[in-house]
Amino acid sequence: MVRPIRFTLNGKPVEFNLDPEETILWVIRSNPETNLTGTKYGCGLGYCGSCTILLDNEPVRSCMMVAEDIEGKTITTIEGLAREGKLHPVQKAFVEKDALQCGYCTPGMIMQAVGFLNRNPNPSRQEIIDGMEENLCRCGAHVRIIEAIEMAAKEMKTEVHYED
Amino acid sequence: MKTDEYQILDIDQRHIPSTISRRSFLRRFGGGVIIAVALGDFIIPEELSATSLAEMPDDWNAYLRVGQDGRVTCFTGKIEMGQGVNTSLAQMMAEELDVALDKVDMVMGDTDLCPYDRGTWGSLTTRVFGPALRNAAAEARAVLVEMASEQLGVPTDQLIVTDGIVYVKGNTARKVSYVELTEGKKILRSLRDKPTLKSPSEFKIIGKPVKRRDANLKVTGAAKYAGDVRLPGMMYARILRPPAHGASLSLKDVDTSDAERIDGIEVVRDGDLVALLHASPGVVERAITKVKASFDIPETIVDDKTIFDYLLANAPDGNALDSGGSIARGKEAASLTASAKYLDGYVAHAPMEPHTATAVFEDGKMKVWASTQNPFGLKSEIERTLDLDPANVQVLQIFIGGGFGGKSRNGQAVEAARLAYLSGKPVQVMWTRKEEFFYDSFRPAAVVKVDSGVDDHGKITYWDYGVYFAGSRGAAHFYDIPNHVTRSYNSGRGRPSVHPFATGAWRAPANNTNCFARESQINIMAAKAGMDPLEFRLKNLKDERMIRTLKACADRFGWTPIKSPSGKGYGIACGVDAGSYVAEMAEVDVNRKTGEVKVKRVVCAQDMGLVINPRGATLQVEGCITMGLGYALSEDVQFTGGDIHVHNFNDYTIPRFSWVPKIETVLLDLPNEPAQGGGEPAIIIVGALIANAIYDACGARLFQMPMTPERVLAAMG
Repeated sequence: MVRPIRFTLNGKPVEFNLDPEETILWVIRSNPETNLTGTKYGCGLGYCGSCTILLDNEPVRSCMMVAEDIEGKTITTIEGLAREGKLHPVQKAFVEKDALQCGYCTPGMIMQAVGFLNRNPNPSRQEIIDGMEENLCRCGAHVRIIEAIEMAAKEMKTEVHYED
Repeated sequence: MKTDEYQILDIDQRHIPSTISRRSFLRRFGGGVIIAVALGDFIIPEELSATSLAEMPDDWNAYLRVGQDGRVTCFTGKIEMGQGVNTSLAQMMAEELDVALDKVDMVMGDTDLCPYDRGTWGSLTTRVFGPALRNAAAEARAVLVEMASEQLGVPTDQLIVTDGIVYVKGNTARKVSYVELTEGKKILRSLRDKPTLKSPSEFKIIGKPVKRRDANLKVTGAAKYAGDVRLPGMMYARILRPPAHGASLSLKDVDTSDAERIDGIEVVRDGDLVALLHASPGVVERAITKVKASFDIPETIVDDKTIFDYLLANAPDGNALDSGGSIARGKEAASLTASAKYLDGYVAHAPMEPHTATAVFEDGKMKVWASTQNPFGLKSEIERTLDLDPANVQVLQIFIGGGFGGKSRNGQAVEAARLAYLSGKPVQVMWTRKEEFFYDSFRPAAVVKVDSGVDDHGKITYWDYGVYFAGSRGAAHFYDIPNHVTRSYNSGRGRPSVHPFATGAWRAPANNTNCFARESQINIMAAKAGMDPLEFRLKNLKDERMIRTLKACADRFGWTPIKSPSGKGYGIACGVDAGSYVAEMAEVDVNRKTGEVKVKRVVCAQDMGLVINPRGATLQVEGCITMGLGYALSEDVQFTGGDIHVHNFNDYTIPRFSWVPKIETVLLDLPNEPAQGGGEPAIIIVGALIANAIYDACGARLFQMPMTPERVLAAMG
């Protein structure tokens, strides 16, 4: 039943022996070779978004995907977002804007926001709200999260501009 | 260790935490200056009853160490669950010690390292523990300055301290640092006389907005929660659960054979506890569905519709909390009266992190990482359950993914400890979302009856108030009413519960229910009297703090007098919680076709005395208002007897991004007043605020929370 499954995890090609039916959330969090515990379990049925990761740059619920879904694909988790110790603009904006309290939903929020901004780099406030609507936060950091995403969008545009 | 390696000042054996001997304590903490502090010396808020005072320990509640590396560490049994005390407590220490904030480390909730603490709840951390900590820090500074005085040969009053360095006034070349002073020293001292605290005009760190100190860890995924602990050979557990509360498992019918056929599955059975363990959380998740069992389910008595009549029918005698004058006289003086019954359903805590614990039993010692608001309570629960010596149980804290009162019950951690004990392996128990909703200690359903009257001049003449099963917090009114009585009807501790499942403290317990009733009733009377609800409140208030808070709120909101229902959708409410005064004003839209309520703007004014971290306090206000929208508008635990119908977030709607109004927070500038609670007050009036705004928008008066679209439509008639 278990077979080798290859995919790219946070920029590195990996091959794990996995049950093709194994939930990606558990693969990421609990496989002894990864133990990337930043991705959180919140509901197990895709309702809360705490387990959001990027699959080929699209935000997905890792609790709703199984190993065979990711074969040959690229996964980014919260641990893979910062580059060379430099926080991603979305991470930086979450710190700047105090866009978190208990922090448990935060990795999923950030991954959702990064995926959202990849698709829509110049969002209106309403588009941010729509894009984040399915991610739940119980502490009530919502207003701050919206502000952080607005701030990150601005900074990301500037970065692109500099690269040009 | 030879005794001459350390120097002990003023240390009283009685004050040493029971689980830590003086010798091992000093060994563990190495050198430096250590100041221990007992909470009993400090003022305890009035609302803490005599019973809770009796539970206050008289040994240490905290200590702090100024280490040889120049870092300052605070050891406290308090925990960080998102409310930000990791940051605000560090600010208080840094301020009184005159060190930079980034030199401060917090060690929280580790029962081996930290002194006893009852638990993190009641918004007590800042207002009760905070002053104690400030005193300890001030004492540590005084000790260090004395040492500097000896070393420099200069009287203490000629010394100043900046960023951990003691300078001679007027000659900054003559100096000695805390690091140099503590090198090779071991000084342990308990706080006896109250040292002099800084006055607000001297503050450099307290009262200044500071970013959360835990943010970097949390945005990178590096912050560890109880479920992020990984131990060699660790097993993930799933436990056989009953279909309903009160259901009894027929032990002879338990059949685990199908599950046992799965490679690597271990079965653990101990009485009613039937659990599966596996090295993979996915495998054990699937395996538990293969366990067959039968349960006897008790006859259903109540459901979410009948519960209110049931509560009233089973209410014990009332307990008068407060009274004055004569209700009969007040009724004679009234020209108009209002009598109403307010209902409030069960509400779940629903933290994003479900109850989680990881336990390991090794060499006779149990070590448990748990998401808990009361590590010491959990520690003794594990001791009792497994008959372990106190010295052999350690509870550790990392980060907690939200608590709101719900993590003061620790069923998951006792399960993890039992399973680790029985299996001999490290075990992690992470409740599924369904288990989290099932085993949550809900905010109790409650009924409030209010009868009140107003005279021709708009003065309230009597107030007859009875709260059933919510609890007394926030029940007593603060209006100037000559004839009044407030009664609480509650079965209380030790009596059988009227609820078919566990209930418990939910962020500002009882106060949400009490404020919903009181502040709705106030608006009903204002409307009957044809008065603006703000004017009506001000006319019936003598409490200067509340008047000031209401006025601050009205100023920011731009309140203009209304005669409700004005169609503007203006709401107003005020309340007192955890020593803080709050007033909120809101503007809502009601969709007359669907009954949906959209809250557009909320202004909150809060008098919380001295504000330690305005950024943190503002976050708490915003969090309270956002969370409050849920209990006000949508959250309701539906059930039939012990069968909880809520299994996941699709059955239980919590506030989302699209719900969030524009929120404006006004923190009253009162640096000379004692710091008060901030984690709970702003949530208490959200229900009443929205109820009053709905009435003003469309004339529909809601007497039951949550105020769902169906109920709004029904109230519109």
